[in-house]
Formats: sequence, structure tokens, C-alpha cells
Amino acid sequence: MSRALYLRHDRLGLGFLMVLCVLGILVPVLNLALPVTSSWHVPTYAMSLMGKYVCYALLAVALDLVWGFCGILSLGHGAFFALGGYAMGMYLMRQIGTRGVYGNPLLPDFMVFLNWKELPLTWFGFSSFGYAMLMVILVPGALAFVFGWFAFRSRVTGVYLSIITQAMTYAMMLAFFRNDMGFGGNNGLTDFKDILGFNIQAQSTRACLFIASILALAGCYLLARYMVHSAYGKVLIAIRDAESRSRFLGYRVEHFKLLAFTVSASMAGLAGALYVPQIGIINPSEFAPGNSIEAVIWVAVGGRGTLVGAALGAVLVNFSKTWLTGAMPEIWLFALGALFIVVTLFLPKGIIGTAGEFLKNRRERHAPAPTGEVR
Amino acid sequence: MTTTHTHELTSSLLYLDGVSVSFDGFRALNNLSLTIGAGEMRAIIGPNGAGKTTMMDVMTGKTKPDTGDVLYGGRIDLTKLDEAAIAELGIGRKFQKPTVFESQTVEDNIVLSLRGARGAFASLWGWRNRVPQRDIEQILETVGLANHRKRMAADLSHGQKQWLEIGMLLAQDPKVLLVDEPVAGMTDHETEQTAQLLKDIAKDHAVIVVEHDMSFVRALACRVICLHEGAVLAEGHIDAVSKDDRVIEVYLGR
Repeated sequence: MSRALYLRHDRLGLGFLMVLCVLGILVPVLNLALPVTSSWHVPTYAMSLMGKYVCYALLAVALDLVWGFCGILSLGHGAFFALGGYAMGMYLMRQIGTRGVYGNPLLPDFMVFLNWKELPLTWFGFSSFGYAMLMVILVPGALAFVFGWFAFRSRVTGVYLSIITQAMTYAMMLAFFRNDMGFGGNNGLTDFKDILGFNIQAQSTRACLFIASILALAGCYLLARYMVHSAYGKVLIAIRDAESRSRFLGYRVEHFKLLAFTVSASMAGLAGALYVPQIGIINPSEFAPGNSIEAVIWVAVGGRGTLVGAALGAVLVNFSKTWLTGAMPEIWLFALGALFIVVTLFLPKGIIGTAGEFLKNRRERHAPAPTGEVR
Repeated sequence: MTTTHTHELTSSLLYLDGVSVSFDGFRALNNLSLTIGAGEMRAIIGPNGAGKTTMMDVMTGKTKPDTGDVLYGGRIDLTKLDEAAIAELGIGRKFQKPTVFESQTVEDNIVLSLRGARGAFASLWGWRNRVPQRDIEQILETVGLANHRKRMAADLSHGQKQWLEIGMLLAQDPKVLLVDEPVAGMTDHETEQTAQLLKDIAKDHAVIVVEHDMSFVRALACRVICLHEGAVLAEGHIDAVSKDDRVIEVYLGR
């Protein structure tokens, strides 16, 4: 049975990667190669919108790794996403150079406005793309490591852990709202011009960012998939289902949780870093607790513990959000709440989980009866 | 972290001396002392609240005693270690309620239990990803689950879960097995088989069995300790212990 399950997972995983591959090629081609007049042309704004969904899907996969497989319901993954976004935003700010309103070659506009004379220590190195990318991975990872170190060692679990992750992202939001933090305060970072020397508004740059998002999602999916299918993943599931039993088997539960949490936070940071240049702004509202909760809903809708489901849920919910906030903006939050209730009550395993169960049941009904039990 | 004495303080494998544990004023263990030698088998009986499970909690690091010594192998102070470190030393535990990893296969439950490196990175790419089939088969045959290896643990019957948990203990290959009520909810036939299984295991492991079922304890044919109010009330052969006036008194009440 487990083998069949794995095969199904494989087919699902392969299908997912193929869809990503097709999207990654087709969308940029339809955007760049076809004239605007063609009915097959994908407008650049639509490509960036899809790129945004792909970043959300990556955030959902990261969240599923810890929630679906290890039972850590993080209500603060938006903080890791935003930190990755800020790291990218800082690089993009340094790229502006003398083209800012004040024309200061060293300081971003908001620092000139605050009458600062030199670049704060936190900003050093961010003119280098490599360093910025390293920070995209390291800063969220380090925060998750320190936070997880204390939380998991003290054996904080369940709803208490969820509450402190929520408090963490809220505290980060308040901190980033402050002007003297040096990250643009209320307004955040915006007015980006170039990325790696290419105009950030250019169609071809947008296409590259879209492709990069697809590649990041595929790569992180493969990494997460490797983790959960290895013996490490079996231990994660064991911890999720019977934490103290795992301890009595000799597993250091806190180490396993810490590794998953840190890797997941770095993935979320990468998602944020790809999100910012496609959106064009990063501000403290990305830390808002509501964002992290929305990410949990995406995973629940798609099916937790399935990875692919998380990505699917993120895309479906955000597509509905784009459509509904355009058509009937006032009902979106009600729709989101209703969706969460419906999924919790009627589809506790989410779309992919329920579909998988349905297929399994059908297969078992057609399969010959199991052989008689021995003993 | 491990407190290790340079020379053995006692020759027994597990040594408890003057152990007391209180929860909110209730004395779960009251100056309890007992020793288990390597390869010995003991049955622990006693009425509800006698401290049987608390004793196992102390031995496995789940509960820290207020006072008293708990030594393993004559040298290692178990009160300073946590659950994972104690499991690593070779003390395995089976819970009162069968606790297996329900959403994983019987086979994976064994793979997770097998003795060997237990670090997070080791499990990402270490040998546990390539466990030889016969290692799993051998254990599943011992506990009679060889034909169920691909089933989900959740789909097993209650008795089969008990056996799977004993199989997981065997895979851990501990020196001491602590077995809490292994035959609760089993049929007479299953109880008999379990007694035989534990006797086989006791040939090369120290085994401590907590059980209420007297006929099962009799079938184990080992020394019996009766606990009462957190201390040893009587110790000896089952016939002697079951005839002891004080034992009869605590079981039947005055």
C-alpha cells in the first residue's frame, strides 16, 4: 500500500513539475514573441501576477513542510517571507544610485529625507547581488533558528507555539514601521530601477523574474520532497503524530523540528525575495499577522502534508482573491472566512488529500479482497 | 552532561535507591528502592495509583525524582539525562496504550525504531534510508506481523498494535525493556502468545513488565514486585506474593 501511495505521489509530483516546466516556457514565450494584438499574447502585468502566485505557492510549500509534516502550525511565516523581501528590496535600493529624487549616490531617498549622513551598518554589502541573495536565505533562516531553538527546547507546542509565531510577526511589523530601524519605515522600500543592471520594468526582465520564480518553486519543491520522503521525513511524521513516543525512541525532537523550521524559513525568504521585484514594493504591512494566516488557509485548502496541494491551494485562493477583489471587493474577507470554514468542516484533507483518498478507495474497491490474516 | 562515576557503584543494571516523586502534594513514589540485574525479568503488580507508571517515567527521564538515585549500569546517573539520551543508552519503553506511528506502515514503524544513528542529518541521507529487508523481516517474524508489513499501523487490530510496539522495542535493541500492560485488551490466546514472546526476549534482555492480569504474570514465571503507595510492599515468587496478607489487603481493601 505504501508503494502505491508513493507511486501516486510520484505521478502527482511529476505532473506538478511538468506543469511548472510548461508554464515556465510558455508564458514568457507568449509574452515576448507574440505581438500585443495577438489573442494569444500574455500581457506583462498578467505574467507578473502569475509570478506573484508562484511566489505565494513557494511560501505555501515552505509552510506545508513544517505544518503538514511536522505539525508546527506557524502563524508567522509571513515574517520570513517579508524578511527575504526586505533583503531583496535593500539590494534594489542600492541599485538606484544617483537616480533617486535627491540624487545621493550612497543613501536611499528616505535616509536623505531623515537627514542621515551615512549608511547604517545593516545596509553594508547590499550593493552586491551575491551578498543580498545570501542574506535572503540567511536572515530568515537565522531568525527561525534562534526562535526555534528557544521554542522547541522549551517544548512549546500546539496552539501556544502558533500564538508566539503570530506575536513574532506582529513584533517584526511594529519594529519595521519605525523610521529609525532604517528600513524605510511606513513607506518601506520602492521606486526600484534596475536588477543586475537590467531595467526592472522591461518586459524581458519581467519574463526572467517569472522564470526565476518557477525555477525556485521547482527547486524548493524537490528539496522539500526529498526531505519528506527520506527517513528524516518519516521521523518528522512520527513527531507530528506521537511526539513523546519519538523521544522515547531516542530522537531529539527539537533538532528535527529546528532543521525543518529553518529550511522552511529560508524557502519563505526566497519566495519573498522573488516577490518584491515583481510587485515593485516592500513595506511593513507584509509582516501583518493576517498575511501569515492567509498562507495557512492556502495550505489547508490545497491539502496539508502533500506539498503539491499547498502550491495548488495558494494559486487557487489567490486567483479567487484577485478576481473577487476586482468584482466585489467588499465580500473578499467574508469569502475567505467562509472558505476556511467549509474546508475545515467538509474537506479536512484539502483538495489533493480528498482526491487522493477518493482514488485510493476506488482502487481498493476494484482490487481483490486482501489475503486472510495470519495469526 | 552525563554524570559518570569512574567505578561501578553497583553491579545491577538498573538501580533505584530512595526515589521519591510528588505531584502537588501527592506522593506517587515514596522512598522506592529496587534493582534489576542484566538479563533479569521482573513483573510489577500493584493497585491503581501504586506508582507503577511513575516508576517507568523516572527510569526513562520523563519525570525527574525529587530525591533518590537512579543509576544505570552502576555508573550513569539517569536523573541528569533526557528521554532521548536514556533511550540511546539502551532503555526502551512500551506504553500502556499502544503507541505506534499510525499514519505510517508497519515496516516504517520498524525502520524508525532500528538501532543506529538518530541525528537529523544522519536520517536525511544515512543508512536508515537503505535498511536491509531482512532486518525488518526478522523482527516482524518474531512478533508475527510478517504478513502485515505494508499495512498502515492504524489499520492493525489492538493486539497487533501491541505486538508492533514490542517489535519496535526489539528493533531498538535495548538492554532493558520496560513494558507497561502489554496484554491489556488482548484475547486469552493472544495473552498466551505474548507471555511466550516476552519470555523469549528475556533470554537476552532485562525486562520489566507492569501488569494487572495475574494469570499472565503467573505465565511469565519470574520474580514479582508488588508496589503500594509508591513503595515496594512485597517481592518474591508469584505464589508467595499473592498469598502475602498485606498484598491481599491492598488489593481487596479492608
